[in-house]
Amino acid sequence: MRKNVEVAHARGDYQILCDFVVPQAKVLDIGCGKGELLELLVNLRQVDGRGIEISQAGVNECVARGLSVVQGDADKDLDAYPDAAFDYAILSQTLQATMDPKQVLIELLRIGKKVVVSFPNFGHWRNRLQLLWRGRMPVTDYLPYEWYNTPNIHFCTLRDFLALADEVDARVLRAEALDAKGKPIVYSGPWWLRNLISDQAIFLLERK
Amino acid sequence: MTQPTKGSAEGAQHQSAQEQATHPVGKMMRFGLEDPLKLDAGVSIAPWQIAYETYGELNADKSNAVFVCHALTGDQYVASTNPVTGKPGWWSMMVGPGCPVDTNKYFVICSNVLGGCFGTTGPATHNPATGKSYGLDLPVVTIGDMVRAQRKLVLSLGIETLFAVIGGSMGGMQVLQWAAAYPEMVFSCVPIATAARHSSQNIAFHEVGRQAVMADPDWCHGNYAVENKRPTKGLSVARMAAHITYMSDASLHDKFGRNLQDRSSVSFGFDADFQIESYLRHQGMTFVDRFDANSYLYVTRAMDYFDLAAPHDGKLAGAFLHSKTRFCVMSFTTDWLFPTSESKAVVQALNAAAANVSFVEIDSSRGHDAFLLNEPEMFKTMRGFLTGAAKARGIEAPVKQSD
Repeated sequence: MRKNVEVAHARGDYQILCDFVVPQAKVLDIGCGKGELLELLVNLRQVDGRGIEISQAGVNECVARGLSVVQGDADKDLDAYPDAAFDYAILSQTLQATMDPKQVLIELLRIGKKVVVSFPNFGHWRNRLQLLWRGRMPVTDYLPYEWYNTPNIHFCTLRDFLALADEVDARVLRAEALDAKGKPIVYSGPWWLRNLISDQAIFLLERK
Repeated sequence: MTQPTKGSAEGAQHQSAQEQATHPVGKMMRFGLEDPLKLDAGVSIAPWQIAYETYGELNADKSNAVFVCHALTGDQYVASTNPVTGKPGWWSMMVGPGCPVDTNKYFVICSNVLGGCFGTTGPATHNPATGKSYGLDLPVVTIGDMVRAQRKLVLSLGIETLFAVIGGSMGGMQVLQWAAAYPEMVFSCVPIATAARHSSQNIAFHEVGRQAVMADPDWCHGNYAVENKRPTKGLSVARMAAHITYMSDASLHDKFGRNLQDRSSVSFGFDADFQIESYLRHQGMTFVDRFDANSYLYVTRAMDYFDLAAPHDGKLAGAFLHSKTRFCVMSFTTDWLFPTSESKAVVQALNAAAANVSFVEIDSSRGHDAFLLNEPEMFKTMRGFLTGAAKARGIEAPVKQSD
């Protein structure tokens, strides 16, 4: 992660994300920002929560809120954690901003018994149309950056992510397709269609 | 038998450093011949004593005790007037009513370290065998010995678990030692601007300081008290050299630049032409009024010997395995004496031990000294961390006040 990532409307997915986590679990939130999700998990799910955040301002705010957070980089600092140290390793809206998403996912599957990943879906039809008709990199309300200033350096689509999960021997336990506001899209059609209509997605994975 | 006593001269100010070392004012816990203190050097001392101060009230279930560990030349007067200097407590912005370490909520204990010169057994203390100051007859002490002594004090006060152990620099080393040696007694801890081992560079600086003291003819091979002399020149130079390491290049430059002291041009001599020279000389001269030269040797040596990973085959994580303590590690961006990399090594070891850890690097221009100064971000972090820990422990959280 080069920058602190703030994807517009990302907060909407927190409620769904909390549903993925069983109460009193041991949780590591990677890229925890100012600790909103972690605080929600502590309050709603009574988790034993830890966080990693790259921006010092974010870390300081988390610690001042009483959360256990260290400054660190998902690309560099996950190797310090022992195997299966957490019930859940959570990566919310951060995978696309890492230098090496595959390696990060491998590390998450090592330190978390289960892994929760949420990310923006680049395969949404609006993005596809912008590229098709305008011939320009997509800029939407949900992904408001230009190509030259985006912190999201490794975009993928839902199907790209499924392929990566397969490549790193991860089993998909649960998946939710969400709209831009983080509301679940109540539709369980084939992946190609979900890939077309969801702005973001949340996956629950474990090692095969 | 241990006996808490209270000196009669409390409130008396400008007690000399010598008097404070031999006949201290303030609270004192004495341990008799039957209660020796085992030292890492392989010997024991008895009788021995530990001078301390307390602030706030211990609650009914004794769950709100906070132990503050002082730094190299600090003392037990963390939040009250120092009887030797007449100055306010050295951390009175951090510890006190309504402060981040809120004495309206917590019972704060701070004791003078073993080997120190503010009343706890140290080289200036009278050796019961001879009736004269120990001088260099006192065995060399370690950070582990200091904490062993503090533990005896805490147990003597009837406290089985500390809510928090807090300290910066050498105080932070004691915090880490507490957490590693007595994890069941430490609910939470805050090591600030510190390291799990003293680096080669830092040992080097200490050696320069010790050599300055020992090169002073008035040091008399450590027997200056008997010879009725004081190695003020040597100790003063030691302090001047050390003081440079507590500041950053930027903070020195901002404060003094190349400004001249009370003159418009350089003197082409060796007077204190520059303000920085004058400042350092002043720091050196005032230091010798409040600190014992032999204590300086002992306490710097204790830091040099500190290496928490050594008993665990060099693996620091081994010192914290199965720890349930909540850690909050802090460092400062311009601290080159205890740089952030040292704090990060502690954090990585704690992560590897799956311990509960927070880590904050605070942006400050003021170098190592920052932990003693007005750093709002540090206060905010301390207040937030202690409030969260108090909630986890079931101590009522301090009422929120602005820093």
